Amino acid sequence: MNLPSPDELIETLATRIAADIQPNCALVGMHTGGVWVMEALAERLGGDLPCGTVDTAFYRDDYAQRGLHDGVKPSRIGFDVDGRCILLIDDVLNTGRSVRAAINQLFDYGRPAAVRLAVLIDRNGRELPIQPDYCAHRLDLPTPQRLRLGRDDSGQLSLVLTERSA
Amino acid sequence: MTVNPQLSADGRLKHLLTLDGLPARILDQILDTAGSFISINDRDVKKVPLLRGKAIFNVFFENSTRTRTTFEIAAKRLSADVVNLNIGASSTSKGETLLDTVANLSAMQADMFVVRHASAGAAHLIARHVAPHIHVINAGDGRCSHPTQGLLDMFTLRHYKGDFHNLTVAVVGDVLHSRVARSQIHALTTLGCPEVRVVGPKTLLPRDVESMGVHVFHKMEDGLRGVDAVLMLRLQNERMQGSRLPSAGEYYKNWGLTPDKLRHAKPDAIVMHPGPMNRGVEIDSAVADGMQSVILSQVTFGIAVRMAVMSMLAGGQP
Repeated sequence: MNLPSPDELIETLATRIAADIQPNCALVGMHTGGVWVMEALAERLGGDLPCGTVDTAFYRDDYAQRGLHDGVKPSRIGFDVDGRCILLIDDVLNTGRSVRAAINQLFDYGRPAAVRLAVLIDRNGRELPIQPDYCAHRLDLPTPQRLRLGRDDSGQLSLVLTERSA
Repeated sequence: MTVNPQLSADGRLKHLLTLDGLPARILDQILDTAGSFISINDRDVKKVPLLRGKAIFNVFFENSTRTRTTFEIAAKRLSADVVNLNIGASSTSKGETLLDTVANLSAMQADMFVVRHASAGAAHLIARHVAPHIHVINAGDGRCSHPTQGLLDMFTLRHYKGDFHNLTVAVVGDVLHSRVARSQIHALTTLGCPEVRVVGPKTLLPRDVESMGVHVFHKMEDGLRGVDAVLMLRLQNERMQGSRLPSAGEYYKNWGLTPDKLRHAKPDAIVMHPGPMNRGVEIDSAVADGMQSVILSQVTFGIAVRMAVMSMLAGGQP
C-alpha cells in the first residue's frame, strides 16, 4: 500500500492551522508520534508558540486490561493552561480513546479556553464521539492493521503499517 | 531457572518483595515510570486516575512514619482508596495469625497490601496465600529487604549522577542489621554500578557480605576515598542484642560522617540517608543539613517511586 509522505502531510496541516492561530494558542503533542508532528508544526508555524507534550499512559482506559506500558514519558506543560486555546496534536486518529485520555489530562493542568484537535491522518475505527478540527489526510484501513508514525536515526519521519497483535 | 514469585508468566511485576533476583529491565522500568510521576508535582491537580476504585491496605506490624506516609500519599495520588492498619495495636495482639489477618482484609475487597513486619519473609508468605488479583508490596521485613527504599535510593542516585556505569558508591554503617543496605546492594549491582563498597566495623558487617559483589573497608577514610555517593545507614539501636559496640560516642568517632571524613569523597559526592537519622551518632548535623545532603530529596522521590511500583502492579489482568 502506498502511504503518503509525512513531510507533505505536515506541510498541508501547517497551512490549514496557520490561518486560525491566535496569540493565546499553545501546541501540545501526544507521545510519541504526536510530539514529532508538534515539533515539525512549531517550526513551520513560527513565532514563539508555547509547546508541551503529554503521555496519556496514566489516563488510559485500557489500564485494567493491559497494565502500564513500557517506556512512559514524562508529560511537560511548562505554560499556564488556564484560558489558553490548546491545539492537541497526534499522528493518527483511530478509536479516539487516546484523545479522550489527553483531554482529561489537560484539565488536570487547568481550564483551557478551548481544545482543538489536529492529526496527520484520520483513519476509520472511531469508538468515541471525537473528530479532528484539522486533518491532512483520511484513510480507511482494515481493523487489524495499525498505522503509526516512525522516525529513523536521521530524524526522517515515515508512516508504518503493522498487523495489530491480539 | 527458578521461578521468580514476583513476576507473572509473561514477565510482568506481580508483587514487589525483594530486589534480589529482579532483572535490570524491571528496575529501569520502575525508575523511568517514577520519572514520569515526578512531573505531576508541577500541576494544579497532583493526582492521576489510574487506581480509581482500588483499595490499598497499608498493613504495618512495625512502626514507621516516613514509609507508611509516603505509601499513603502515593496511593492517594493514584486515586486509590487507602486504609491504614497499625496491626501492632490490633488483632494479632489478641492472638490472630498473620494469614488470618490477611484473609480478613482480603474479604474486605483489598486489591493490594503494603506490608511491614519484623519477621523476614512475612510479605513473601502473604504473597503466596492471597488471591491472584491481589498484589503485595514489601515495605520492610526484618533484616531482609526494603525494596522501595532501595529503589528510591537508586532514583535519587540516577537523578543527581545520571548513570550508574561510572559510579563508586559507599554503603556505610550497620550493614548487618540493615534491610535497606541489602536492597541497595542488590539494586546497585543489578544496575551495573562497577564499584560498590561497604564500610563499617567488623562486628556490624555480615560475614558473607563480599559474596554480594562488594568491596569491604574497615576504615572510613579508605572507604570514602573518591566515592561519588555516600549511602549512610542508621545505627539500629533497637535491633542490637548484646554489645557489638562500646558506645554511641565511640561509634560517632570512628564511623559518624563528619565534614572532615566527607572530604575524602569526591567534592561533588552526594550524601544519602534512609531516615530516621541519629544525629551525632552515624551522621553529623553539619553533613545532614549540608550542601551535599540529598536526604530530603530522597523522601520526595520516594512518593514517585512508590506510585510507579503500585501502578505497575495493579494494571492488567491477573
